[in-house]
Amino acid sequence: MIPLSWYIILSAALFTIGIVGVLSRRNIFIILMSMELMLNAANINLVAFSHYSQTLTGQIFVMFVITVAAAEAAVALAIIILLSRNRGSIYVDEFNIMKG
Amino acid sequence: MVNQVIFFYFAVVILASAILTITQRNPIHSVMFMLLLFFHIAGVFVLLNAEFLAAVQLIVYAGAILILYLFVVMLLNVDRESTAARANRFWPWMAGFGVVIAAEVILLIVRGTFPSEAGQQPMRLAGSGVKELGELLYQKYLVPFEVASIILLVGLVGAVMLAKKRASD
Repeated sequence: MIPLSWYIILSAALFTIGIVGVLSRRNIFIILMSMELMLNAANINLVAFSHYSQTLTGQIFVMFVITVAAAEAAVALAIIILLSRNRGSIYVDEFNIMKG
Repeated sequence: MVNQVIFFYFAVVILASAILTITQRNPIHSVMFMLLLFFHIAGVFVLLNAEFLAAVQLIVYAGAILILYLFVVMLLNVDRESTAARANRFWPWMAGFGVVIAAEVILLIVRGTFPSEAGQQPMRLAGSGVKELGELLYQKYLVPFEVASIILLVGLVGAVMLAKKRASD
């Protein structure tokens, strides 16, 4: 059988790839997709713990995570369309209007 | 043994396509690698006896969310993408930071103890587990389920409000 720690290691590696994507890319699309990667890493963890503790609660949580991801993708893509329409760019390091 | 080989295949493809997703120059290629990633995550869910969630993963994530991404990528022009720099100027630091975080977490996991013997017998469910999942969702977790529907409504209204043109201009 597959030990539980293998799933957690897979999830940790996927989460780290997502973090690196968020912190290092300039294109706002890739940043959003890296956030989806991190949500998927959390989903793998939840399903693995649900399997190994013999309850279904983790799978319910995964459904809520997928719901939140869908709502987040809809709102974030609307914001991206608005950004590119108003400022003509989808690169996050060009959005320095607040001099942050 | 066969399960372990299948898990290794899924894990290698998941990690490789994740790295390719965040390194591709063209966002459409990134979305395609993301699709490959979602299919293999659904495979991991099947390995964990969560067949219904594997179907939900394919239908909702790969079928709906990813197509939404693809639509928006194709609406915006990606001409600048072939010449502009992919990463910001801090990316070597960020990559090193990521390696350090991953090494730390994996070290903690390897040194910790997990009840790996508990997984010897899979969950005892008659059929595919959809009935049990539905009973749990509509009885014990009814209020969070309703809150999730409100979140979807807020997302819908928010996206329409953001994307429509103002009446004044």
